[in-house]
Amino acid sequence: MLTAIIALSILAIAFGLLLGFAAVRYKVKSNPVVDQIDALLPQTQCGQCTYPGCHPYAEAIAKGEADINQCPPGGETTILALADLLGKDPKPLNEEHGEHAEKTVVYIDENVCIGCTLCIQACPVDAILGAAKQMHTVITDECTGCDLCIPPCPVDCIHIIPAVEEGNKITVELPDTPLLLKELT
Amino acid sequence: MSGNIIKAKYQFHGGLKLKGHKEMSMRSDIAAAKIPDKLIIPLQQHIGKPAKAIVTPGETVLKGQCIAKLDNGNNVTAAVHASTSGEVITIEQHPLPGFVKQLADCIIIKPDNEDKWHPSVQPVENPLALDKESLKQILIEAGIVGLGGAGFPTHIKLVQDKNIDTLIINAAECEPYITCDAMLIKEQGSKIIQGIQFILHALDVKQCLIGIEDNKPHAIKTLSVALENSNIKNIQIVEVPTRYPAGGEKQLIKTLTGKEIAINQLPRDAGIICHNIATVYAVATAIIEGKPLIDRTVTVTGDNVNQPRNLQVLIGTSMQDVLDECRYTPYGSQEIIMGGPMMGNHLDSSDYPVIKTTNCILVKNKEAESPSLPCIRCGECARVCPANLLPQQLYWYTRAKDLDRVQDYQIFSCIECGCCDYVCPSHIPLVQFYRYAKTEIWTQEADKKKSDHARQRHEFRQLRIERKKKEDAERKAKKKALLQKKQGIDTSEQDAKKAAIEAALERVKSRQTEQTAIAKNTSNLTEEQQKKIEEVEKRRKAKLNKQNKPEDK
Repeated sequence: MLTAIIALSILAIAFGLLLGFAAVRYKVKSNPVVDQIDALLPQTQCGQCTYPGCHPYAEAIAKGEADINQCPPGGETTILALADLLGKDPKPLNEEHGEHAEKTVVYIDENVCIGCTLCIQACPVDAILGAAKQMHTVITDECTGCDLCIPPCPVDCIHIIPAVEEGNKITVELPDTPLLLKELT
Repeated sequence: MSGNIIKAKYQFHGGLKLKGHKEMSMRSDIAAAKIPDKLIIPLQQHIGKPAKAIVTPGETVLKGQCIAKLDNGNNVTAAVHASTSGEVITIEQHPLPGFVKQLADCIIIKPDNEDKWHPSVQPVENPLALDKESLKQILIEAGIVGLGGAGFPTHIKLVQDKNIDTLIINAAECEPYITCDAMLIKEQGSKIIQGIQFILHALDVKQCLIGIEDNKPHAIKTLSVALENSNIKNIQIVEVPTRYPAGGEKQLIKTLTGKEIAINQLPRDAGIICHNIATVYAVATAIIEGKPLIDRTVTVTGDNVNQPRNLQVLIGTSMQDVLDECRYTPYGSQEIIMGGPMMGNHLDSSDYPVIKTTNCILVKNKEAESPSLPCIRCGECARVCPANLLPQQLYWYTRAKDLDRVQDYQIFSCIECGCCDYVCPSHIPLVQFYRYAKTEIWTQEADKKKSDHARQRHEFRQLRIERKKKEDAERKAKKKALLQKKQGIDTSEQDAKKAAIEAALERVKSRQTEQTAIAKNTSNLTEEQQKKIEEVEKRRKAKLNKQNKPEDK
């Protein structure tokens, strides 16, 4: 009887310590689902989903506050990936938030720029270079095409241009999909 | 049969028996094509980074002169040379032949028809006495790439990393219509054997197998005779049964050695290096004659090509010029294919230059396209797949855009040989689906990389803003503290004064209180007086109680 109690107590203490140690040692700092969702988002930080950036949107999806079809830059690919991750049914992009378009970047008309730095403050990825009363320019490679720099510009010198893909990017169209056998009859 | 020819012992999975169509272009010998009016020489004719142009418009160049150099610090690239002497007109974008239309920088040269060689083109003396590195350097400078179709820079496949023991020369030429390798062997057998010796020397490998399909008896005989004459013992010719795609790298390795190359592995990992026989010839000419890769043998054949044959074409010649020389008369709806009918790239016009990887220009009548029917899961595609894949599953998952599953089913092992397409009873363009899936995966990977980069920058920006805020707050706090401290130091000198003033005030106050205390009539009372006061107080309280009681009631 006594040996049993002692043995069980020792076991309980040992496992308690083990669990306690594991809880401290392998502590998950942030919500892993949020990070997983965030990894699938295109990181334009454009805010078209009505959230102030991709990470907040990911948090909202994780909490169930936002739907998975609010990201126009990601388009169908992102929706499919999110649906796959979260075990939801894929649905078409919510048109309220905009349409999926070809990738663009912005370009500053350097003749018009007055060097006000407003766009620099608006850029979420530090892709605009310049200083007060100096000409500004966009580092095209870093630009995500979020267009957040356009509204603050007091002289409307920022224009949207199509993104040029680096290297030899090859795209192949999906051929006409044959019907399914059951669709034939 | 001579002693240096053996029959292949192994065989690969799947494959197809196809009609050869090879005889028609083998009737006449290889002839040099005319020098065209204009050469369009792309800076990128190989896998890897484009070469860097080192000539400017207006410059006169000589035949064999290097016009685009390797980019420094980049290994996977190949130099480009002027195919003939003439004047550089411009450097501009021009579409390249490929399975999708792509623009690339090209150097446009107007030939002067003098065909004058550049003085740098000199034979290498006693090449087998050279060390491996200098031999490799010669090939790098000659701009030699794999001529079998992929265009992988050859010098990278000349690096020995200890375990390579077998060199395989790919002379299978399994695609229908194409005969350039067979003709090259027939005419240049001994030079090819020399080329193999150079490669064996550069790799420091002892054993070499030449894989060749048994439908080329002439070529096999020529090679065998050349081998006997050169008295080399470590090169063996292996006759492989004619079955498409016997010339696929992994398929040939399997047929010749029985080894299978695992997914995500290179032949190198199994101790094997593969080179195409046309590449070997290019290596031989680069070393024996010092001639860089400025021309290649091209098979010109197909419907309505009245003189199908093999031509030695200068790199950069327009395909139309080559077709004209073979008296091609366009008829009805035809298409031009670079390469063979199975794996070739279908081009939308003949306005493309011949590049280093153009082994064949094939004209085919367009067949009436039969519409795709539903997949009936017959499994025929899996039976013929030489890569041992499940083409049907790949198709279904590509259709559903489930690219993760497509990768699980090893789409990247697909060599796009087209066997599944060929046998599909529902005429589904399966290879098109796989190409879509592959490019889509690459695009998504690139996008992912980009978005990760953007995330990193965004997070860093937020971190920076946060840090700045914190720093600002800290600085403010510090400043405040400093100010207070400064004031503190200033007042400490005045502290004595302040204290003195305060002490004085205190003294005044205490004196005042002393005076008021003396003035009060209740202080210093005698006992009698005190008693009297207490009695009065008692009476007053009693009176107050009397007054309060009736009110309580």
